[in-house]
Amino acid sequence: MIAALRERPRLSLALLAVLLAVLPFVTGVLIGQSGVRMLDFALLYVLLALGLNLVVGYAGLLDLGYIAFYALGAYFYAWLASPHFGLHLPFWMILPMGTLFAAAFGVLLGAPTLRLRGDYLAIVTLGFGEIIRIFMNNLDAPVNLTNGPQGMDLIDPIQIAGIGFSGTQEVFGLVVQATHLYYYLFLAFTLAAILFAYRLQDSRIGRAWAAIREDEVAAAATGINTRNLKLLAFAMGATFGGLAGGLFAAFQGFISPESFNLMESILILCMIVLGGMGHIPGVIVGAVLLTILPEALRYIGDLQRAMLGEVVVDAANLRMLIFGLALVLMMLYRPAGLWPSRQRRRELTAEGEVVRHEQESLVDVQR
Amino acid sequence: MDIFAQQLVNGLVLGSIYALVALGYTMVYGILELINFAHGEVTMVGAMVALAVMGALLGVAPDLPGILVVIGGALVAIPACILLGYTIERVAYRPLRQAPRLAPLITAIGVSIILQNVAMLIWGRQYIAFPPILPQATFQIAGAQVSALQIFIVLLSGIAMAGLWFMVQRTRLGRAMRACGESREIASLMGVDVNRIISTTFIIGSALAAVAGLMVSAYYGLAHYYMGFMLGLKAFSAAVLGGIGNLGGAVLGGLLLGVIEALGAGYIGDLTGGFLGSHYQDVFAFLVLIAVLVFRPSGLLGERVAQRA
Repeated sequence: MIAALRERPRLSLALLAVLLAVLPFVTGVLIGQSGVRMLDFALLYVLLALGLNLVVGYAGLLDLGYIAFYALGAYFYAWLASPHFGLHLPFWMILPMGTLFAAAFGVLLGAPTLRLRGDYLAIVTLGFGEIIRIFMNNLDAPVNLTNGPQGMDLIDPIQIAGIGFSGTQEVFGLVVQATHLYYYLFLAFTLAAILFAYRLQDSRIGRAWAAIREDEVAAAATGINTRNLKLLAFAMGATFGGLAGGLFAAFQGFISPESFNLMESILILCMIVLGGMGHIPGVIVGAVLLTILPEALRYIGDLQRAMLGEVVVDAANLRMLIFGLALVLMMLYRPAGLWPSRQRRRELTAEGEVVRHEQESLVDVQR
Repeated sequence: MDIFAQQLVNGLVLGSIYALVALGYTMVYGILELINFAHGEVTMVGAMVALAVMGALLGVAPDLPGILVVIGGALVAIPACILLGYTIERVAYRPLRQAPRLAPLITAIGVSIILQNVAMLIWGRQYIAFPPILPQATFQIAGAQVSALQIFIVLLSGIAMAGLWFMVQRTRLGRAMRACGESREIASLMGVDVNRIISTTFIIGSALAAVAGLMVSAYYGLAHYYMGFMLGLKAFSAAVLGGIGNLGGAVLGGLLLGVIEALGAGYIGDLTGGFLGSHYQDVFAFLVLIAVLVFRPSGLLGERVAQRA
């Protein structure tokens, strides 16, 4: 059946579209509202993973503080659409400004650090993520900007054409839950982001990023302005993060610094490493998998209770443990991810061959 | 009491702990050019194991002198950390030595997450208190109040650093380590067993981390499964500040960072007119890190290295 679909791309695309369109209703019937919420989150994470993939997968810059841009986008939305400052701007005004705001921070962070080698960059971005979180936690005095650890609530939901995305709404005579409306909105953004990422990959910029990723010195020698392009990668990644953050704030109606800790950054990194760095379908699969997997792991708690009479390993703990193991095992055994791009797989195996030959000729010098 | 002198003392004590951890980062980086992200977690494991052993000892023999209990804790924690450091290198880093740079960094993050969560499984989420067995004597020195524990921490880390310096500069093993730092390939051609040297480096770094972990938990009076993360980051910042790969630099960087943090936390309120308070203490390490990387990426004592392709 898959082979048959592969020969008819239009048909399979149409099938996929129908599937995506009915997915929330099917989920709603099978699992209930919590299932639809999970889908919404999965889409947000796809958006985030695609953004981080621009930075890490395309340009090869390991960013461990990516969640900071998500946080900035979310707080920006909350400032302009909640009772906190009494502002209630519409989302189509806030989101573009929020993404620009996040992108500006991306450049601000990138500018001093991009001359550095990859691993320094990782630590500095990690530090930046922590700084942002510390500020969010403490900027409730003397001027109350973030409401500190309590977070900000009563954030306006998104409103399109007079339909507010909250509770149940009637759209074209149909009664629809807000989570369904958010699903379609997020889906639209995600599809746009996927298209954007594909076009970017094949563009002059995308090819320059690939060149920088593979060999920065050689890239610079061929006339690529490495500094500007790396800054651009940071800014674009931050844009995705800021957009997802704004959507998140509107969707949740509540944000607090807790949502933006280091583990979230690492979770998103896990998604793209697991799926296949630099390969869009792989990244999407990774993001969806890692959003749904933790939910599935909740049942492990019930399973333990049923079998052993108590919860020995609690689910959140187990989730992180599995993530850690997955990161290590993936790097050791499948460094290209579950669904790598064809080119990257070829590169990795070819490189392996060369290394093996070198090692053989050195007769165990390394060992 | 003189606030400046007091904060200076506090900073130096904290700084000597940072320096011990920073040495672990810098030694590994000097040879492998790898940021051993899990090093902070090794420190945490050291503290946790030591506290567990000390608790058990006190349970069996409550009248044991405090210093013996602490030594007992260290005697178990140090081998435990050595074993851990050795295993991490063997399992997570060695197979990836030929891989692209990002790969070992990502496994390092993975190892760090695993250690944190295993620690949480074993010891739980709560803070574990350091038993009140240490002498509480304090002295007045130049207007600052100095506790016996603080003096002990500075002395012990001084001894450990001097020992390390002697080993690296004066022994055969140290010479082999320095040779590997220059070039692993050429060192191996000269008959140095590179793998053994790398393992030894991890072992020494982990032993220092165990000692540092014990010191931190004694100094703050508690240990926690998450304590390694911030400590590791700060120690790494210290190593970069001093010039990563340079042992003297790690010590200097650690002490400087400790002092900057203590003075910063002490004066930030006055400097910003009360706008920012001492809860921003953790931000200083990152600001220092970013500032160093911008203005002097090779660190205070580091050499300028050409970028490698």
